[in-house]
Amino acid sequence: MRVQELMHAQDKASDSSTIVSSSVRNKNRDLVLRILVPFFVLATMVLIWHVGVAVSGVPPYILPSPIAVATALFTDWHTLAPALWVTTKITLLLALIGGVGFAIFLVQSRWVEIAFYPIAVILQVTPIVAISPLILIYAPSTQVALLICAFLVAFFPILSNMVQGLKSVDHNLLNLFDLYGASRWQTLLYLKLPASLPYFMTGLRIGGGLALIAAVVAEFAAGSAGAGSGLAFRLLEAQYRMNIPRLFAALILLSLLGVTIFALTSLISWLSLHRWHESSLKREN
Amino acid sequence: MILEEARGLKRSTDGRKRPLVVMDRVSKRFSSGTQALSEMSLVVESGEFVSLLGPSGCGKSTALRIIAGLGDASSGTIDWPSSRINSRGLPEGDISFVFQEPTLMPWQTAFGNVHLPLKLRGISQAAARPQILEALATVGLEDFADAYPRELSGGMKMRVSIARALVTKPKLLLMDEPFAALDEITRQKLNDDVLRLWKQTGITVIFVTHSVFESAYLSNRIVVMKARPGQVHADFPLHTSLERDALYRTSEDYRQACEKVSTMLLEAIGSGEH
Repeated sequence: MRVQELMHAQDKASDSSTIVSSSVRNKNRDLVLRILVPFFVLATMVLIWHVGVAVSGVPPYILPSPIAVATALFTDWHTLAPALWVTTKITLLLALIGGVGFAIFLVQSRWVEIAFYPIAVILQVTPIVAISPLILIYAPSTQVALLICAFLVAFFPILSNMVQGLKSVDHNLLNLFDLYGASRWQTLLYLKLPASLPYFMTGLRIGGGLALIAAVVAEFAAGSAGAGSGLAFRLLEAQYRMNIPRLFAALILLSLLGVTIFALTSLISWLSLHRWHESSLKREN
Repeated sequence: MILEEARGLKRSTDGRKRPLVVMDRVSKRFSSGTQALSEMSLVVESGEFVSLLGPSGCGKSTALRIIAGLGDASSGTIDWPSSRINSRGLPEGDISFVFQEPTLMPWQTAFGNVHLPLKLRGISQAAARPQILEALATVGLEDFADAYPRELSGGMKMRVSIARALVTKPKLLLMDEPFAALDEITRQKLNDDVLRLWKQTGITVIFVTHSVFESAYLSNRIVVMKARPGQVHADFPLHTSLERDALYRTSEDYRQACEKVSTMLLEAIGSGEH
């Protein structure tokens, strides 16, 4: 009798371990497929590009083959790498950090918001390329002008999302803070800022993408040359020189930068929200 | 032993002690022109469990919010004869509020949420730790201190909300239809929890509800309100020699209490119509 029970229990145990291992296997297969499938699609597209160029005999100054682009990326690295760094600096350092800082300042007080919000809207709806010549005149250097352009564009989505977040705080929670005699500073620090974090993160992701666009467009308009010119200038320069492989190489670096910014802002968002916010939760069903 | 002490405390409060809160002809007119309360007067003694019962729109929630200082009365006064009041005319540390929703901060754990009232007084997490754990234990959630609200069921969230209200050891607990959104079984469990806490701590409770059964089960005094304008229609005690537990729900005392409350509520609705 005892033996039977024991065997029965063992059966059960082995059953459940099979279930566990098969679900782990499923999960792993799912993960591998998630990485492999997009990779293969991308590889196939590059292959079609390569075959297309080889078969049709398009000259490289019109459409270079992926190999030519890769070669350009490698040989022109010494030209492109500093340009990449300049673009990164413009996009990330000032536009994001500055935009966040100013948005937080703006929502400190209702009157500050009332006073400055219309100006922010005007700056946002005016196409940035249109004011960049003006900024170029007034700014002490091209670099500063580019920074201002990227800043103006990235700043608004962060600001509007942040304002939205600060206004969407649960009314009962505000009442609760009121009931316990919380100061304005305490309400901001413990309630309003954490509550608007998801909104802020949305703004950060949009702003990060827009800042890159703004940096490129502003550089097109400014046409900065020589030392401290970014990828957009290298791109134009490659076009003038009919160095199309290098143009493509610059393009690839720009999109890689865009992907990096997106991944970075998504990671920051995930790190700060995954423990509590709905948007970062895994769903079982 | 604790129960007997609590009863003894309650007996001694009958009559002798000063009342906890005195509402004197309080009216409230909203800016929309709605007269929510019209000259409502109510005296609540220390240790009472008062249910405010009435049809929707009778101003029972408004009355509760005015007592809590969440919104001013248009006229009339609220006095706290046995409390020290602050600059806003409120006995700040003496009252707690439980909303209809759990109203928890989703980015804080159960522990962090219960810590809030103490944090706002400048008490650090480390210093407040024993009190927080004690409050969580009184609602049976000591094992869930590190859980985020999204990981808790509706009933558990409500318990966290109650623990947060109790952590400051208030004299008066104001509850605004706290269990209206919960299923019947969870609601009965939480009713029993609130009763147990009331007996153990000797706290005074003002409980807003629209449920005849809930009010008849919980309270030792019922205030029935009528709508348009919000006023007290009837105010009567509910006595029973029985312990309020699962057995009480099937007793004759409970049936009679429900009948009486029902009758009063129907009267209140009827008198509000014309």
